[in-house]
Formats: sequence, structure tokens, C-alpha cells
Amino acid sequence: MEVISLHVNGKALDVRVEPDTPLLYVLRNDLGLRGTRAGCVEGQCMSCTVLIDGRPQTACMVPIGSIAGQRVETVESLVGNGTNHPLIDSVLEEQAGQCGYCLAGILMRAKALLDHNATPSRTDISAALDDHLCRCGAHVRIMRAIERAALAGSARA
Amino acid sequence: MSTIASSPSLTENPHCSDWIDLSRTGTVVLKSGKVEIGQGIGTALVQIAADEMDVAPESVELIAGHTALGPLEAGTSSSLSIETGGRAVRLAASAVRAIFIAEAAKLLQTPPENLSVEDGRIFVSGRETDLTYWSLASSVELAVPVLDYAKPKSPTERRLVGTSMPRIDLAAKATGASFIHDIELPGMLHGRTLDPPASSRRLETFDEDALRRAFPSVQVVRDGSFIGIIADREDVAARAIARAARLATWSQGFTVPSLMREAIAVDAAEPELVMEKSDVASAGGRSIKTEIERPYIAHASIAPSCAIAIWRGDALEIYSHSQAVHDMRAPIAKALGIDAGKVVVIHVPGAGTYGHSGQDDVAYEAAMLARAVPGRPVRVLWSRAADFSLAPLGPGAIVKAEVKVDGDGRITAFTLQSQSQAHVSRPGRGGTINLVAAERLATPMEKRSPPDVPLERGGGADRNALPIYAFPNIHVSKRILRGLPYRTSALRALGGYANIFAIETLMDDVAAEIGADPVALRIKHLADARAVEVITKAAEMADWPGPQVQGEGLGIGFCQYKNRSAYCAVVARVVCDERVRLTHAWAAIDAGEAINPDGIKNQIEGAIVQSASWTLKERVSFEGDAVTTRDWEGYPILRFSEVPEIKVSLIVRPELPPLGVGETATGPTAAAIGNAVHRALGIRVRTLPITRDAIVAAAS
Repeated sequence: MEVISLHVNGKALDVRVEPDTPLLYVLRNDLGLRGTRAGCVEGQCMSCTVLIDGRPQTACMVPIGSIAGQRVETVESLVGNGTNHPLIDSVLEEQAGQCGYCLAGILMRAKALLDHNATPSRTDISAALDDHLCRCGAHVRIMRAIERAALAGSARA
Repeated sequence: MSTIASSPSLTENPHCSDWIDLSRTGTVVLKSGKVEIGQGIGTALVQIAADEMDVAPESVELIAGHTALGPLEAGTSSSLSIETGGRAVRLAASAVRAIFIAEAAKLLQTPPENLSVEDGRIFVSGRETDLTYWSLASSVELAVPVLDYAKPKSPTERRLVGTSMPRIDLAAKATGASFIHDIELPGMLHGRTLDPPASSRRLETFDEDALRRAFPSVQVVRDGSFIGIIADREDVAARAIARAARLATWSQGFTVPSLMREAIAVDAAEPELVMEKSDVASAGGRSIKTEIERPYIAHASIAPSCAIAIWRGDALEIYSHSQAVHDMRAPIAKALGIDAGKVVVIHVPGAGTYGHSGQDDVAYEAAMLARAVPGRPVRVLWSRAADFSLAPLGPGAIVKAEVKVDGDGRITAFTLQSQSQAHVSRPGRGGTINLVAAERLATPMEKRSPPDVPLERGGGADRNALPIYAFPNIHVSKRILRGLPYRTSALRALGGYANIFAIETLMDDVAAEIGADPVALRIKHLADARAVEVITKAAEMADWPGPQVQGEGLGIGFCQYKNRSAYCAVVARVVCDERVRLTHAWAAIDAGEAINPDGIKNQIEGAIVQSASWTLKERVSFEGDAVTTRDWEGYPILRFSEVPEIKVSLIVRPELPPLGVGETATGPTAAAIGNAVHRALGIRVRTLPITRDAIVAAAS
């Protein structure tokens, strides 16, 4: 076990774990941030996508020891006291989900997309999300929700 | 009140108190046996209850799928949750309102007609009284028959039902900890079980000592070829089971004909007659035939199956995302050698499931492991590989169909035979156990497969095998294969997916053969105005028949689900270049009364995408008796860049009963795609999925 220093959703904290422990388990079980979903845990479904220094990565494939000191953002960072990220409101307005399991990872990928491209086209969005699996078939609504969030974001800016 | 149509759900749960509890001030506790699997049933049930009781939906608290608290309803399946579960809730909620109105009328000494309710507060001729549901609750008896008091509102009196109320659970599912996978109970331990290469294999050697040396803190549970481990941390459990897999060797499997066609042909199953009308042999006309093949399809839920179990003395509590929480108790109890009355199952949603996957299996495995640590909750999560290779699959099928067409372009005779393994083998069905780990105990549980679903319950292999068209001579049969080793069970629409693909592509073959328009040919053979209306609507939306362009085309598919539920027509547009691209889908649906119109549209959109994924991409692979599909790389599904634009048009009939919609679009979508490919390329692909290889094979 080692003490590893992390920055998660704007807070600095230390965890004491084996350095090869996947970030996914540390987030969910040590830090209680269970919004990050465990899917295949093989880096193929993307449901555990989080941002590490702003870049989307699957938390199941990232050993915690490899990201000491880096900035981790999870889906919980999109929910504020009365001020949600526009993506959250857009997903609800479009009712863009069925079971909802894939949404947390998709929201983080979409945040990274909007951070770099405030007005993505439908093709930009489908390309960004293409590795994310959704089994219920909510794809079209999800893409509409991201377009709506982009509009809300540019209206606010 | 005998004139009110009842619900099968009221048979076991006849009392108002089975459904509704008003003992907590300000809250209506609504209890249901139908569970949320992503289809939005929870929201629809709340709408129905709130509407009938005149309360705000926010004051309704839903308890769904709790075997100790809730009504004992049949599993969440077959698109029946609205038709039977929703019906029971509507009747119960209306009865509760009527009972309280009667009590208030007595106290206020006024005729009940003068009373109204708003948010649970009782009004006399528009003036508020000091009476509420909750102030009267202690003096009102709810343990009375629903059917004695039920008085559901007329369609014009409904306020909430028929509106697209947002899902009550979606926000928490997007960002919160609301799935079974996310539950953390005090003292919870993490279990994993060892996956055999196939459900029939037995452990030959296992170096348990080596595992114990490597993971001294981990507890090992072993019974015959069943091996599980328990750790206090999930990451340790994951490492330990990975090591255990390397320390085990398994018996060899057996061979099975590598082609499904051969395997089905050599199976000893005899045909069973499903339905016969007049005499197909006597009918004259030109014969047109088809034979379609559907592969085995995986549920492929985004998250592997998960459960938590706790033993408290000799009682067992299970948290599960099973779609059949009541039905799973008896087989799990039997496999554990305890009384079913000792088992309580509490439903917690998981990632979307579409029938019977590994949900029940993993619950039993959690119970097996938790038994080693009495009083401690043990969470077991299946591997991605187990969810693909050990969970039941939607069975592969071969469907043969033939029609005879007379000189006027009328179909005079229709023959169909559907061949597959059984479509439903839920634990408990027909007295079976069917929990995969119970088959590898030292004393294995007997492996028996239940009979296929009978037609009066919607049919299994023969679901939607009977044509909805008015053909004068019909012969429908099925062969249920018992000799194949694969685990199969319910997957969305059961045999309806392949049967509708067969029937509806055959209709287009007939149209092509006689030079008729496929839409006109269907309408010519339909006597049901609602069927004609959805077909006409979908065609209109798609601007049917569209231009004739090489490599592009529209195709149509239609069904009335189970020949008695919702009507759905889908038009697909494909562009065929290096592969088939589904660019657009237009659907028209008539599900009678619409409880939540956007919820219905969401279900139809989802079913179109999932069916398109099955139809264009999916096929489970085998080697002998083993499923070799083990991960997403080996089982591609439709991706964001591949989904079509979808438009859904809903034909709402508030005066008619609401019908289930979860499954109705799967068959029509498959047929629409197949017919669109035929139109685009002139090639009839009869082997699913419709990949480039399948098109090349069909062309030669």
C-alpha cells in the first residue's frame, strides 16, 4: 500500500491503496464517487469514462499510481447546488436515456468535447461518442441533448 | 362492479392495501411487482396512480419489486407491465379514492358527488375541508377488494395520464449512485465466482493452496466445480479471481455441428402443430417460399449481472436486478435447500436488460458466497465474459414459410414452421431451477428445460408466427429443439423477431414476384383498420415508395405484437455501399391509450436501434458447446455513428386499453431493413445478420 495524492473534482486528497489499483475502484469504493459506472472493466464499453487533466480516459484501465497529482473530473462535478452543467439539464430535457447506465461516461466525453469545441456538428458528436456503447438505443436523443447543451453554453457565453 | 375489466395481477393481490399505503402523512406509497429496467414503467405507474387518486405525482413513492412488501405479480416481461400491472394500479388507485370519498361524504353528511380531491385534500363543492386522505387513513379500511370499489376515471377526466411526464428516475441514473452496482451496505464484502469455459464443463484440477498463499485474506468457497472467493476490497477480489482462473483446469467440451442449420436439422425434435385453419394443401396458386436464419443473440447489457445477498440466521435477503423477483425465490431456495418463505428479494435497477439474462444466476451465487459469512452482505459481480458466455442467450432459429398466390394476387395459403430452442427458461418456470452455478455443484441440480411458452401466453418460438393477414388457409407449427447444449431464454420479443422477419420479407417477395407495391399488398390482405392505419401512416412519413436509386431503398415491416397487442409499422431507408447503412427509420405505432407518449416514443426508438443492431451486426459465436463470444470486441453492437435518424408517430386512442410497447418494433424493424436491402440491391438476404458477407453469400 502507498499513499497517493490526487486532485478529484477540485479537491486535493490522499488515498492509501496499492498503486496498481484501477482508478475506477478508488473512485467508487475508496472515495464513494459511484457516479462513475463500472461496465466491462476491460476498457471497451467506455461507461467509466472520466477526465484526467481534461482528457477522457476509461477509469478501469488507469492504475492509480500513474496519475498522482493529476486532475481527475467525474460526473459528480457536473452537478452543482442549483447550477448544473448544461449537459445535465439537456439530458433531462431531451429525456435522453433509458436505463441510464451509459450516461455518466458519455456526459464526461461530451464535456471534454464541448470544452474544446463549443459548437460541435452532429458528425463531431457521433465521432466523439463512437466508442461509447449504449444498449437501450438512446443514441439519437443523447446526440440531441449534446447539441442542446452546446446551444445553451454558447447562449450563456 | 363486475362490468369492470380486471387484471391478472389482481388475482393474487385483490386488496387495495396490496397496492396502496397511506399511513405516512403526505405520501402515497404505491406498490408494484413490475420493475424498472430502463423502460420507464415506474414513471408510468406513478402517473396512473396519481391521476386516479388526484394527488401530485411527487407525493407518490414507488416500491417496485419487493417480495416482502409489494404485490406478488408475474415478472416484468412480454410487454405486459402496462397492460396488466398498470391496469391493476389504475383499478386499485380508483378504488382507494372512492373509499375515501365515501368516508368523507359520510362525515360531512353530503352526497359523494359533491366531493372532489386535490393533492389528497378533500373539497366540498369546491371549498376545501379539513379532511385529507391522511387525516382519514386511520379510520378507513383498505384491506378490501379492489374490484368492489374500483371506479376508474373516464378518458376525459384524466389529467396526468396522456402527458409526457419526465422520468422520475433519470437524473439519479445519469449522475447518482442508483444502480444495484452502486449499493454499499454496511460491512459489505466483495465476491467473484470462477467462470467455467461452458456451463456444462466440470473442474478437473484447482490449486486452492496456491490461491490461499497468494491471497491469505481471501476466503474461498467451493462446492464441486463451483468456486467463489470473498474479499474485503473489490480490487482484491478482482485480482484473486483472475489468479484463480489460472489455477484451474476444466473438462473438455463436446462437439456440436458447427453450422446451426445442421444442428437444427439433426435434432430429434418433432414438429408441434400451433394452429391450422382450413386446408393449405387444397389451396391453389403459385408457391413462394422462404427460409430465414436468425443467429443466437446476446442480451449484452452494458453492465454485467450483479447481486448482493445477506444471510440473517436462516433467512436470506437478496438485492437483485432480476425481472422476476418473485419467481426467483423458489428455485434459489430449492438450490440452497431452504424454504422459499425464507427468501426476500428486493429489486434494485441495473443496466438495461431485455429479458432473462444472468440476473437470477448471480443472485444465487451471491447467496452461495454469503452463506460463508453469516450476517455480512456479499456483493457478486459477474465478469463481462460470463455475461456473454454463461447467461442465457436469445435462441438462434430457422423459420420456413411458404405462401400460395392466386392469379388475382391474393394469398390463398400460408404455412410456417419456426424451429429453435425454447425461448423462456426462467428459474422456477415449470418447476425448474436453471441457475447456472447449481449445475456445477458437487451434487448438481437436475437440468431440465421447461416447455416453450404456450400461445395463449403469447407464444415462444411461435410468437407472431400466425400471420395477422386474412389468409383463408393457414398451417403453423414449431419444433422446439432439446438436443442443443446452449442456455437460452427470453430476449425481447422472443420468436416474434425471427417470425416477423420471415413473414414480412416473404410478403415483399410476393410483391416483387407479382409486381405489386409492398404497402398495397399488405393493405389488400388486412381486415383490421388499426393495422391499415399504422402501415399507411409509416409509408406516408417515409414518402413511400421513394425514388428508385441503385444501392438505396426503402423497406417496410409491420406487426401487431402477439397478434393482440400494439400495432407497429416501420419503414427503413438503407444505403448499401461497402456495408449496409441504416440512415432513417420512420415508425407508426398504435398502442391504444398512451400513458406517457414520450415514453412510448423512447421505447420505439430504442427497439428500432436495438433491432437494427441485431439485424445488421450481432451473432454469438460458439466452439462446440462453448460460447466463444466473451467481450465487446467479439460482439460489436450499433454505434453512435451508425444509428439512423428516427421519427415516431403515435396514434393515440384514449378510449381503448393501453398496450405494451417495449417489444413490438423489433420484428418490423428487422423486416424493414431486409426489405430495404432487397429494394436497394435486388438481393434477398435470408441469413441474419445482414452483413457484407451475408449479402455476398445471398447474391451467389
